[in-house]
Amino acid sequence: MNIDWTKVTEFFAGDTQADKVVPPTGYTAWLTLFSAGAMAFLAVFVLAFSFATGKLAEHWGADLSRSSTIKISAPQDQLDSQTAAVLKVLETTPGVAGARALTDDEQRALLEPWFGPDVPVDALPIPRLIEVIESSAGFDSDGLRLRLSAEAPGATLDDHTRWRQPLIKAANRLRFFGWMSLLLIAASVGAIITLAANAALVANKQVIDVLRLVGARDTYIVHAFVRRFTLRALTGGAVGMLLASFAILLLPTPQAEGGFLTDLGFVGAQWLWPLIVPLLAGCVAFVATRIAATRILRETP
Amino acid sequence: MIELENIAYNYGGGELLSEVSLELSPGGFYFLTGPSGAGKTTLIKLCYGALVPTTGQLKMFGQDRRTMERDDIAQARRRIGVVHQDCQFLNHLSVSDNIALPLMVSNRDLLAEAVNLKELTNWVGLASRAQALPPELSGGERQRAALARALIMSPDVVLADEPTGNVDWEMSQRLLRLLVELNRMGKTIMIATHDLGLIRAAKSQVQARVLRISNRRVQLAGADL
Repeated sequence: MNIDWTKVTEFFAGDTQADKVVPPTGYTAWLTLFSAGAMAFLAVFVLAFSFATGKLAEHWGADLSRSSTIKISAPQDQLDSQTAAVLKVLETTPGVAGARALTDDEQRALLEPWFGPDVPVDALPIPRLIEVIESSAGFDSDGLRLRLSAEAPGATLDDHTRWRQPLIKAANRLRFFGWMSLLLIAASVGAIITLAANAALVANKQVIDVLRLVGARDTYIVHAFVRRFTLRALTGGAVGMLLASFAILLLPTPQAEGGFLTDLGFVGAQWLWPLIVPLLAGCVAFVATRIAATRILRETP
Repeated sequence: MIELENIAYNYGGGELLSEVSLELSPGGFYFLTGPSGAGKTTLIKLCYGALVPTTGQLKMFGQDRRTMERDDIAQARRRIGVVHQDCQFLNHLSVSDNIALPLMVSNRDLLAEAVNLKELTNWVGLASRAQALPPELSGGERQRAALARALIMSPDVVLADEPTGNVDWEMSQRLLRLLVELNRMGKTIMIATHDLGLIRAAKSQVQARVLRISNRRVQLAGADL
């Protein structure tokens, strides 16, 4: 598509005479400004929500799909030897990027939420846990289980399959809902601005009648209204976008223990995304006003 | 200039005008009279192309209304000055801007037309009210502002629908003198009115043809008018 930049420049530079004919104030002006601003505000929040759900889904999927756990339940005197045997097996297993036995402190930290901070890990017959990190190729779980049963009879592999799948499914659904919300809010932005533009034009029907009476061509009338309404939607959209961005800035900063809500926001280049919102509002207003003005003019002889 | 040939116009399921044939010739002065609701405003609107006849042929400056493009109609309206009873102003613009509106929509240079605009505003006696907004004007001032707007493009035809409907006798005589003066300049004038006094007053100043709408048809009125 070729863009005629001369026309674009002319559009934004405007025609002072044509600009005068559209009433500059009144409830129709506020209607367009307010609806564009309110929808832009909501759109920026939904955009942040979409990014947060996407980030969360990615987090869950990536973390869970890359790690497995081997639990060694053996008599205390065999625990260290079986742990060493398992680590040796893992070293030679294709698809394993790394493996390490959790320290007593780490195991204590895992038990702390249930038993409190003073768990006597040494005195309790607690199984040894080995964290296994998979490479991108992944390993053969069944083959590893066979080898472990031969080398360390007390070792059992838990590749998280049982509870990983529902979580990944939930994460993917969350991501889907995030993007659906974004699409819905974009459609709503379009619908609300279209309705506002239509209502404003119907309210200005008398202006259109007078302009036709004094010999204005359709292109003149359409251009005057389209320019005014597009600039109003752009302005309203920009104000809504700035307010929403400021509100997002005031949210608590992301924290490891904060979870989903503190992840609501933009990071780095993601801050460019809200800039699309007022442009979208302007484009919608441009098309909607053009269609509405042309339709109203067709009803005017 | 404007020719109506065997025109009929239906409105609300009934025939409002029937078998109307009329030609507005250059320099002619016409009165259109008849009772309220007879179709005077409809006939005026047909003349400037705001309505499309149900049957018959309407020609504007030699072009058939039915085959005219919308831009052609807009172009033709620049040659026809219209004064409505309710004036139809843009209330957010000053009187001066409203008078200049036909110039604006024709993309004419307002600076180049400034002298013309000022003279016209003076001529209709609104020099001191040029920056007022239309709702601030009296009925007579509004009619004169509407007349000035109708004349700013120096049209060939002026159509006035009840131009003295909202003004007192003195103001109606003043408006009439303005229209007679325009006719002497060669403009074609048609005034729709039910004010017989206005018609009698005009006939003493100008040779006017009086058309009466009666029973949906347009007839030449008798010598009593």
